[in-house]
Amino acid sequence: MRSKKRYGKLLVDLTLLLLVLIWTIPTMGIFVSSFRNRDDISTSGWWRVFPYRDWQPTKEIDPKELGLDPNGVMNIEGATGTFEEFRAGVETGDGKRITWIGNKRIGRVEVQEQVWTVDWNFTLDNYKQVLGGQTFKFTKPDGTIETVPGDNMNRAFLNSLSVAIPSTVIPILIAAFAAYAFAWMKFPGRRWMFITVVALLVVPLQIALVPILRDYKALNLNGTFLAIWLAHTGFGLALATYLLYNYISTLPRDILESAFIDGASHFTVFTRLVLPLSVPALASFAIFQFLWVWNDYLVALIFLGGNPEFELVTQRMAAIVGSRGSEWHLLTAGAFVSMVLPLLVFFSMQRFFVRGLLAGSVKG
Amino acid sequence: MNQQDIKKVQDQSVIGGIIALIGRVLLAILIPLISFYVLYLGFIFLRDSKASREIITLVAIVWGVGGVALLFWVFNNLVEKLPDFWRSRLLPFVFVGPAMAILAWYLAIPTLRTLWISLFNRDGPPDGLNMIQQLMSSSFVGLGNYAAVFTEPLMQEALRNNVMWIIFGSTLSVVFGLLIAVLADRSSFEKIAKALIFLPMAISFVGASIIWNFIYEYRPAGQPQIGLLNAIVTGLGGTPQAWPQWVAIAPWNNLFLIVIVIWLQAGFSMVLFSAALKGIPEELMEAGRIDGASEIQIFFRIMIPYIRGTVISVWTTIVIFTLKIFDVVWVMTGGQFGTHVIATQFYRQSFTNRNSGFGSAIAIVLLIAVIPVMIYNLRQFREQEAF
Repeated sequence: MRSKKRYGKLLVDLTLLLLVLIWTIPTMGIFVSSFRNRDDISTSGWWRVFPYRDWQPTKEIDPKELGLDPNGVMNIEGATGTFEEFRAGVETGDGKRITWIGNKRIGRVEVQEQVWTVDWNFTLDNYKQVLGGQTFKFTKPDGTIETVPGDNMNRAFLNSLSVAIPSTVIPILIAAFAAYAFAWMKFPGRRWMFITVVALLVVPLQIALVPILRDYKALNLNGTFLAIWLAHTGFGLALATYLLYNYISTLPRDILESAFIDGASHFTVFTRLVLPLSVPALASFAIFQFLWVWNDYLVALIFLGGNPEFELVTQRMAAIVGSRGSEWHLLTAGAFVSMVLPLLVFFSMQRFFVRGLLAGSVKG
Repeated sequence: MNQQDIKKVQDQSVIGGIIALIGRVLLAILIPLISFYVLYLGFIFLRDSKASREIITLVAIVWGVGGVALLFWVFNNLVEKLPDFWRSRLLPFVFVGPAMAILAWYLAIPTLRTLWISLFNRDGPPDGLNMIQQLMSSSFVGLGNYAAVFTEPLMQEALRNNVMWIIFGSTLSVVFGLLIAVLADRSSFEKIAKALIFLPMAISFVGASIIWNFIYEYRPAGQPQIGLLNAIVTGLGGTPQAWPQWVAIAPWNNLFLIVIVIWLQAGFSMVLFSAALKGIPEELMEAGRIDGASEIQIFFRIMIPYIRGTVISVWTTIVIFTLKIFDVVWVMTGGQFGTHVIATQFYRQSFTNRNSGFGSAIAIVLLIAVIPVMIYNLRQFREQEAF
């Protein structure tokens, strides 16, 4: 019985380990690749950072010394084959491989053996290039020099900050005021206003894009930060109000009432008491909204799309995928630059994040 | 002190009072005016300035965040200066007004406007006419756009793909989330496992697309493969493919995109299921074990029924989410190779083809699809007696 239990536990652990590996490998692949140099990324798999068996030369021979005729069948070190076969490598029986490097006239012959090896030529160049914005020179294996433009994620990163921080704080502030009013004030229309909030929770934002874009064109707001802050505020506000109401309405009644008896105004009670007491709820919504805005692509594409000056990280990344999809050294490093901040926020505030999820932070 | 002096003092206090009142009124007007002017300057600066990116970022954050706080403070101040009667009536609207105004502008009214636009052809309702005249105009097409939504070949493809997304995406996210939650609960490394599975939630769809593009990266047969999937496939003797772009197996190539979303969303469902599973009383499962139930029976007969509510809400959330899926498809394939979905069609029609009537009809179809959830939410809300 006990051994059966132990096997069961082992099985659970192994299955979970397998799942965790499957879930982690995609991210790890790109993380490892972002530190490999440009040629390595595009010619070999990132798993070469793990030990693998590779052919390494042990001896070099000048074919002229052997007096070989590359146009016929040759015999080198116990292996026979034509020039083409030697170009691909001919294996001898004892674990060696004979390979002809170069062309027929001035080539050389290598005797190779399989050895364990790893590719550990790590570099930070990819990050410099994706952030730096200049052109970079590469020396190809055959000696020619190739000039490749870098990218300017730096600017996109700052733009994303300018969009994400206000787009997180503004809806929280507005929603907190509203949630306070719904919870602690009496006014006509209170009930149906809140019902509207609940109904709007799941309305897809696609419904608003065309009319809002028309308004922005009429107001000449398109392509400005204000436009996108307001859009993110509008799309996040229903959820923010609903969540903050759920929290603020459960604050202890007597604390607030004693403050009112002491003559405090609603504004004072809100800023001095309710906001500080609601920090957990504010934080958990803030993380959601921040991740949502930072990772958003559609809203930015529509309201900031026309202005390359204000391009965000996600737009920049999508543009690199579109125009330079084979430049993996830029893509891998760029993907990680775009992930740094959300991952930091996520891991430092994971506690609030999970709490928010459990409270129903799910956007429509 | 004689009578005259008293009179003088009273006069002074009256004059003082008037000056104070004027001062207050002036302040009440000046403070908002100055505030608005400062906010306007900030707006102009952000729109036109050629200052360095760092400075613009800083100004944007301070202006955006500070501006909203300032507006609340100014309006609150204005209302607080009013007589009691007005103050108690107006103050709630200072608090709740901005939220309701923004919700109305950004969600409630656009719903009606989009519905209206969806009844017209690509030019939309003609400007400068009243609603009746618009209805009589030549651009009015009635329900024509809706007919097109369900008959146009690309739209049919999109609808079919969205059904696939909903079926496979949401179901597998729920299944994997549940599986991982159950396993993690009994394993010896619960915390780290959950954190690693959850991590993709912090990654953008664009980032995730790049990550998975790298997995699917295709090199012609014979060359070394740098994408993991093709390396495995060729290692096992198969032929490499550009998986999501593999039209020959359409519509099943969509599954390669759906995998990405399962990878992103399993963490979300895992967290919710994990919390729900921890809420099952231990005695209940123990009783099952004593009665001789196997672990699998306990899972299906005790755990699943106990967390049914969570399963339904997680599943609905992911259904809504996959219904609106956009970024992954747009970045990975741009909707080519038979991978269009409703949201990419919406984008293509509204912004690339500039056919706002058709685009709006698609948006309304999306809205109709979520209405059952909306009704469910409202019913839940009505059951809470507290409000």
